[in-house]
Amino acid sequence: MSTDTQWRVFEVFHQQSRGEPHIHVGSVHATDGESALLMAKEQFGRRQACVNMWVVPADAITETAYEDADIFEHGTDKSYREAFGYETTKRARAIGDTRDI
Amino acid sequence: MMMQPTRCTNDKPGDPGYEEHLAAFEARVGRGDKVEPGDWMPCEYRQQLIRLIHVHANSEICGALPEGGWIPHAPTFKRKLALCAKVQDEVGHGQLLYRAAETLGKSREEMIEELINGKAKYSNVFHYHAKTWADVCVIAWLIDAAAIVNQTMMADGSYGPYGRALKRICYEEAFHLTHGYDMCISLATGSKVQREMLQDAVNRWWEPIMMFHGPSDKESKHTEQLMKWRIKLMTNDEQRQTFLKKYLPKMLNLGLTVPDPNLHFDEATKEWRYTEPNWKRFLEVVRGNGPASALRLATRRMAHEEGAWVRRALAAAQAGDKVPMPTAA
Repeated sequence: MSTDTQWRVFEVFHQQSRGEPHIHVGSVHATDGESALLMAKEQFGRRQACVNMWVVPADAITETAYEDADIFEHGTDKSYREAFGYETTKRARAIGDTRDI
Repeated sequence: MMMQPTRCTNDKPGDPGYEEHLAAFEARVGRGDKVEPGDWMPCEYRQQLIRLIHVHANSEICGALPEGGWIPHAPTFKRKLALCAKVQDEVGHGQLLYRAAETLGKSREEMIEELINGKAKYSNVFHYHAKTWADVCVIAWLIDAAAIVNQTMMADGSYGPYGRALKRICYEEAFHLTHGYDMCISLATGSKVQREMLQDAVNRWWEPIMMFHGPSDKESKHTEQLMKWRIKLMTNDEQRQTFLKKYLPKMLNLGLTVPDPNLHFDEATKEWRYTEPNWKRFLEVVRGNGPASALRLATRRMAHEEGAWVRRALAAAQAGDKVPMPTAA
């Protein structure tokens, strides 16, 4: 069996316009970053707007395990980290502040 | 490391803990949860998905061949541009799908190799010749329509990477379908010769199109398991009905007839009735004994061999070696 098509995998991220975040769109096989960009442009840049593209070797990415998804769950009420966790508008009205807070 | 296919342990019936793993897996999938590459999955789920995605990827690659041959003969420059774009899309879809299958542990190299060696299957419809321009129009409209019925359904399936690839594919195929219908409208509203050419193409493609969604539910051996694991969300016959309900009225509206004397709408069941395709012939065709099977594989093999110098050059550049010049064939 030949092995000349089994190159490294690069994950591809594109940015649709300046100011937007880069979004993961898929992956390509390539020998290096430069050829990965060439492949990624053909594969993921045929239609939608794109001003910038990143390619990252897949083996450079470290990820969490799905079975450990509970590490992102909150053990206690974290609403004090949110604006909606406060009834300050009501309290502000009570002291005569009628403007937006 | 990211998205590496992990071989699950205890993933076969009889393995210790298999039944408990399976129950949890089926409960999750039943809730509509998606399965991702690192998750535990039954060995059979993995194998079925590899088989399906591999065949699907091969079909995209081989699907580019009958249409690609017509690029130099497109009737107008606009049609030529659209056909080039469609063919490029199909090859791109093949690559997206090989990547999705790789997350399950089979390498792209192996899949490409098995296609070229005739070991792996691809869709029945690409084993036939595209004899006239009207064939290109019928393929682009009705075969892409049939494929969209299948792919839209599969896109909601349980395996994350396959679903993500299919969503992108369906988005791009919307253009193929629209352009295919546009081309068929041109022929159907054109000269007598054009109308006859379109009807002739429909006559020849009807049976392969009716076979496209695979053997009838009575004969399909994988359907029940695939639906339980939400790999498939509709049976083959349900997909065929969905296709007929949407596209047959459009065909009739174009003044086309369909070469099946038994075809009629059953008011009682609200379903189309048709002559059951010859499933023995279908199996013969997908095993590589269709009219164009040998030509398709020869073309694919030639493309692979003639492109080898590009792959060698890239590998040499990566290794810091001198890049070899292509040698004359």
